[in-house]
Amino acid sequence: MVTKNDTIIKIEHLSKAFGDKVVLDDINLDIRRGEFITLLGPSGCGKTTLLRMIAGFLKPDSGVIMMEGNDISEVPPHRRPLNTVFQRYALFPHLNVYDNIAFGLKLNKVPTAEIETRVRKALKMVSMTDYEDRDVNSLSGGQQQRVAIARAIVNRPKVLLLDEPLAALDLKMRKDMQMELKQMHQELGITFIYVTHDQEEALTLSDTVVVMSDGKIQQIGTPIDIYNEPVNSFVADFIGESNILNGTMIHDREVEFIGHTFECVDEGFGDNAPVDVVIRPEDIYIIANAENAKFTGVVKSCIFKGVHYEMFVETDKGYELMLQDYNAFEVESTVGMFIKPSDIHVMHKERTCNTFEGKMISPNKVEIMGAEFECCDCGLKEGDNIYAAINFDRVELLDNKEDGIVMGEVVFILYKGNHYHITVLTDDGDKIYVDTNDIWDKGDIVGVSIAPSDLHITKRV
Amino acid sequence: MKKFFAQSYLWLLLALLYAPIIIIAIFSFTEAKVLGNWTGFSTNLYTSLFSGGVRHNLLDAIENTFTIALIAAAVSTILGSIAAIGIHNMRGKRRQAITFLNNIPMLNPDIITGISLFLLFVSLSITQGYTTVVLAHIAFCTPYVVLSVMPRLQQMNPNIYEAALDLGATPFQALRKVIIPEIRPGMISGFILAFTLSIDDFAVTIFTIGNQGLETLSTFIYADARKGGLTPELRPLSTIIFVTVLLLLIIINVRARRAARKQENI
Repeated sequence: MVTKNDTIIKIEHLSKAFGDKVVLDDINLDIRRGEFITLLGPSGCGKTTLLRMIAGFLKPDSGVIMMEGNDISEVPPHRRPLNTVFQRYALFPHLNVYDNIAFGLKLNKVPTAEIETRVRKALKMVSMTDYEDRDVNSLSGGQQQRVAIARAIVNRPKVLLLDEPLAALDLKMRKDMQMELKQMHQELGITFIYVTHDQEEALTLSDTVVVMSDGKIQQIGTPIDIYNEPVNSFVADFIGESNILNGTMIHDREVEFIGHTFECVDEGFGDNAPVDVVIRPEDIYIIANAENAKFTGVVKSCIFKGVHYEMFVETDKGYELMLQDYNAFEVESTVGMFIKPSDIHVMHKERTCNTFEGKMISPNKVEIMGAEFECCDCGLKEGDNIYAAINFDRVELLDNKEDGIVMGEVVFILYKGNHYHITVLTDDGDKIYVDTNDIWDKGDIVGVSIAPSDLHITKRV
Repeated sequence: MKKFFAQSYLWLLLALLYAPIIIIAIFSFTEAKVLGNWTGFSTNLYTSLFSGGVRHNLLDAIENTFTIALIAAAVSTILGSIAAIGIHNMRGKRRQAITFLNNIPMLNPDIITGISLFLLFVSLSITQGYTTVVLAHIAFCTPYVVLSVMPRLQQMNPNIYEAALDLGATPFQALRKVIIPEIRPGMISGFILAFTLSIDDFAVTIFTIGNQGLETLSTFIYADARKGGLTPELRPLSTIIFVTVLLLLIIINVRARRAARKQENI
């Protein structure tokens, strides 16, 4: 069904801000004819904004949206050859099922006889035959969603946009509808652009998944690529369960993490390069006999999850790993573990320390992140432009936000086996990354403080 | 016993409230010139009211009152609905500010509204008459229409306008085929409210009616009463107006209750 290189929608350098808040930041995306593409990300990542822009409800600040070679950025929504299925159905309450579905066809002056056959066909497609005369307010959530889908596909759009269409349904209904949507996509052969925050739904349905965060595209790929080869720790953490660990690429095909050296299949990172290592919990093999194992550990918890058991194991070098196995292992028992080279996924580190641009305001004071920090006298004078570097583990987070030099909100937490890697968004919009053993929650407001001796200052030219 | 007193209190209160209008209604069925004399049952006052037995300017006043009410209600329904849609699409502070500004004219005493409109027309040197009364009535009715349309907009699914555009409707078609059917009950309630407010009004009318001899019912009755003695035909007229307003109010309430019940079913 999906033909290569037949692009139906091309998005170039699309940006949008609401006030000060950038919601889409230089988005580039090609959507192929007939593909099922999913925009996936946590709430506030910009996925719905992007969809609404494709539909025409929002105008981009900059960038273009091309459809079949024509710029449609300025075309109003009613003249775009695409239709939308809204999250909260958005059926017209004063019309019955038939008139809801016929709404678009009537506007397009389709002959009455044809409207009737097309509405019936659409109803059949969503398994709602014989519901024509029902009042839409009397339908259940699932039925309303079916009518909303029928109302969109009856117009034979080239592209169907779906904005979290299943979010309001219960789990069982959601699973059924997923299968039906997938089948509908195959039967209709049109392009589906689907928005969801549910990674499982995205992996199940899509030909292509676009993972978004903070208004940027993090990764585009097939569900298998996204799962097996995440490009960064955000994607690895967001898609499925994973162990994300600091590591060092000793040389090609050999990586060190959790205090052991492993053979792997990755190359080209350079010798002794710091990397992030991702191990899926199902890829760690666990055996009761610890003697011949690659490394050992003690089972700390074991929970039955239906098909498998989920266990947390503390390794011999003090790292905590999550793993899944069909067999249960007793808590406090010592186990042995293996990891296959092909199951070790190595990623470039996005950063190895915090770096800020700033300037000196006196020989031992520096302005960074919109605040004054004390630093050691390093021979620079007032007004010099500088870079300030701070190691992740040298940033101090304080409960009492007034005690810090700047204030910020914990926006992202990543567990790295033996410590947390926390992203703090300051009031001025800077991001500071912190390694800590303390437990913080997402949304916590914290004070940030840095000791003068931990600010490494270099002159910026 | 306690219940008996509570009941009697309620009935006494209602009797006091409605006694004047009931007395007028009763005495509209007798021919006596002075209110209070019963000279036997007769519907003559009703016939003479409609057969031109009264002074010509009473009929003019009735006609003026109703045409002014119809025009004012129609125009303020249109203006008020458009304003409500506009306010609904505003966000945050601006919306709060405009909603507040919309509420002020309703709380403002009519006499102030009347005087300020009078001064406005004088300062713009507009001759006062039929047009100025209509304009004044539109001005004080519109906020009530806004108030009765707003709740309908708030109940509406915010995506249905976009859904209409998405299905190929132009913004105007979306307004006509989707938004208006949704807010129609609010518009009808607003229209009826505006209509009764306009018929009822005296304070604003007297300041904007000018001195060209134009009369509405309220100004006519006022002038008549000051001349000493009310025209007897005013009794059947008051009765008719009372019954009309009562019916309109019942319609508004029944509609509101039906809408509420429908909402519950959803």
